[in-house]
Amino acid sequence: MTAIIEPTQPTLDALGRLESEAVHIMREVAGEFDRPVILFSGGKDSTLLLHLAVKAFWPAPVPFPLLHVDTGHNFDEVIDFRDRVVERYGLRLVVAKVQDWIDDGRLTERPDGTRNPLQTVPLLDSITENRFDAVFGGGRRDEERARAKERIFSLRNSFGQWEPRRQRPELWNLYNGRHRPGEHVRVFPLSNWTELDVWRYIQRENIELPPIYYSHEREVYQRDGMWLAEGPWGGPRDGETKVRKTIRYRTVGDGSCTGAVESTARTLDEVIAEVAASRLTERGATRADDRLSEAAMEDRKREGYF
Amino acid sequence: MSDLLRLATAGSVDDGKSTLVGRLLYDTKSVLADTLEAVQRASVDKGLSTPDLSLLVDGLRSEREQGITIDVAYRYFATDKRTFVLADTPGHVQYTRNTVTGASTAELAILLVDARKGVIEQTRRHAAVLALLGVPRLVLAVNKIDLVDYDEGTFEVIAKEFTAHATSLGYPMGTVLAIPVSALRGDNVVAHSPHTPWYTGPTLLDHLETVPVEPDPHEAPFRFPVQYVIRPRTPEHPDYRGYAGQIAAGTVRPGDEVVVLPAGLRTTVERVDTPDGELPEAVAGRSVTLLLADDVDISRGDVIAAATEPPALTDELSATLAWLADKPLRHNQKVLVKSGSRTVRAMVTELRTRFDEQRLSTHEDPETLTLNEIGQVSLRTAEPIPVDGYTSRGRTGAFLVIDPADGTTLAAGLVGAPLPLLDKA
Repeated sequence: MTAIIEPTQPTLDALGRLESEAVHIMREVAGEFDRPVILFSGGKDSTLLLHLAVKAFWPAPVPFPLLHVDTGHNFDEVIDFRDRVVERYGLRLVVAKVQDWIDDGRLTERPDGTRNPLQTVPLLDSITENRFDAVFGGGRRDEERARAKERIFSLRNSFGQWEPRRQRPELWNLYNGRHRPGEHVRVFPLSNWTELDVWRYIQRENIELPPIYYSHEREVYQRDGMWLAEGPWGGPRDGETKVRKTIRYRTVGDGSCTGAVESTARTLDEVIAEVAASRLTERGATRADDRLSEAAMEDRKREGYF
Repeated sequence: MSDLLRLATAGSVDDGKSTLVGRLLYDTKSVLADTLEAVQRASVDKGLSTPDLSLLVDGLRSEREQGITIDVAYRYFATDKRTFVLADTPGHVQYTRNTVTGASTAELAILLVDARKGVIEQTRRHAAVLALLGVPRLVLAVNKIDLVDYDEGTFEVIAKEFTAHATSLGYPMGTVLAIPVSALRGDNVVAHSPHTPWYTGPTLLDHLETVPVEPDPHEAPFRFPVQYVIRPRTPEHPDYRGYAGQIAAGTVRPGDEVVVLPAGLRTTVERVDTPDGELPEAVAGRSVTLLLADDVDISRGDVIAAATEPPALTDELSATLAWLADKPLRHNQKVLVKSGSRTVRAMVTELRTRFDEQRLSTHEDPETLTLNEIGQVSLRTAEPIPVDGYTSRGRTGAFLVIDPADGTTLAAGLVGAPLPLLDKA
């Protein structure tokens, strides 16, 4: 009989409970699905998702490949980071390039040049082609009010659509992943995390992120009240002028509609202090696409968006 | 003290539940400026003079159009003392389905009543369902107290009646608290109201911040459903064989004697592993990986349990079902039962009683169970499975009933849970 050692932490703290819940969800998926995949863009939420997957199956490798729906409107730092992480963990990365869908006519470029909404078709096509049956996303319920009603295991019909009125009740920590051929399940292990939880956990676990999440100088121009950067997606129009600003990104998405925030937060401590004091939601502050209408996210989710 | 509290709300239509939740979010500054601006714009469009806080929580377009809440929604707010995860459960159609869902993970539930109407039938039913699910603590928010002129007598009558009801459902003294509030005006939600000098208890938020949370059952016998077998077979870990899962009940330490069910093999825990290092001890709620002394055959769905107090192994289950699907239960229906990490085929062999929500009593030998109904059944499983009685928070003894044809979740199951409780509703 081993000597009884005094417990150091008998009860898990809030971050510990969120971590254990996410790990439990990932292991359920590994146990019940044939072909899961993690959506991975190199952004903070998907990086956290991958970190949790590494912990869930340690010391074995992560038993899932990664899928990146690439708008082509990327920040170089994020793509560099993505490729380094994939190499570090020895994972398989499937990249679905929106450009390929535009080139062969399956998609048409939008007049405003934004490609975020164009990701849905390549995403669903890739899920079908690769026969993925469980798709991990980094979505959180605190992000947006349509997401607040999303399940952790969210069934999608054979058209990839979310049907909010037909969701399964989700009880205790028992998840129902049954689906028919052609259907798939979106899985959101970070459902119960808030933006601040994500940052505090990143700090506690010392998780590397792309550098654009921290304060740096960049040439930006103002549009619709947001600071946008020049890139392959275009630049300032007539009447918009470039200025050099000290900024950072709170979210990372399609470059044409992801805004930077003015910030001097260079370290995790400073970022956490800034997020805690912020009076704007991360999507409201930085995502032009969610400002389109009151139900913009709900509509995109119904179509099969992340 | 735990720094995370999971809670659920329950109430009837028009009790002002969305407004109360909106008020909690607003007064804890969990609503950020851009969200609030959107609510203000929408309120002006609807011709209202003050922001309609219920718009903060009505998520879907069809809900906003109809002015109702359809589905359970999850909200997050935090103070310096605690983080809160709130399951906001709508109270009209599908109320049992939604209440059961919200209650299944809640450590505390807030029930709302309208001070002008007092405790109504639905309040009693909600409380009964919360008691059945084992939610450890209740708060009765006596809302719209401003509309009864902040009358102490009115509040006292309601508080007394509800406390008596909760006591009859098995809630011990000190686990139920009634608070006079006005969600619309903010009385006693975050700050003490000057209009209720006679109320000396905590405000709603004070109470949520300080109420003791019952820890997961550390003292209970150890239960560990195996989710996944970890076998790296890498050069660094050629022989590693770990059993991954989340501790459902109890505590585990290296050296503990365990039994693996349903096979019944006995062995010893050699190591409690995590990526952050080995643990001298791990308690319920924690996801870990166990390494065992003997090379026994274990796979997903097995349960590793304390050898001294193992769960019963049986293929005959007596259980309470809360029916959640539109299609009713059929006689001798074949279903799937998901318990822990194991899914087995099963048949509902007997429907013994049904809780009559109109007469608030139980019926013997009912024909069927339909949406929102709760009944006692016997189930026969295709193979013996390890089961414990249902305990609060559903870490053990909880199961899902699934339709094998289309995968629908048909019912929430509680092993041996006391339906007679509901007779007192």
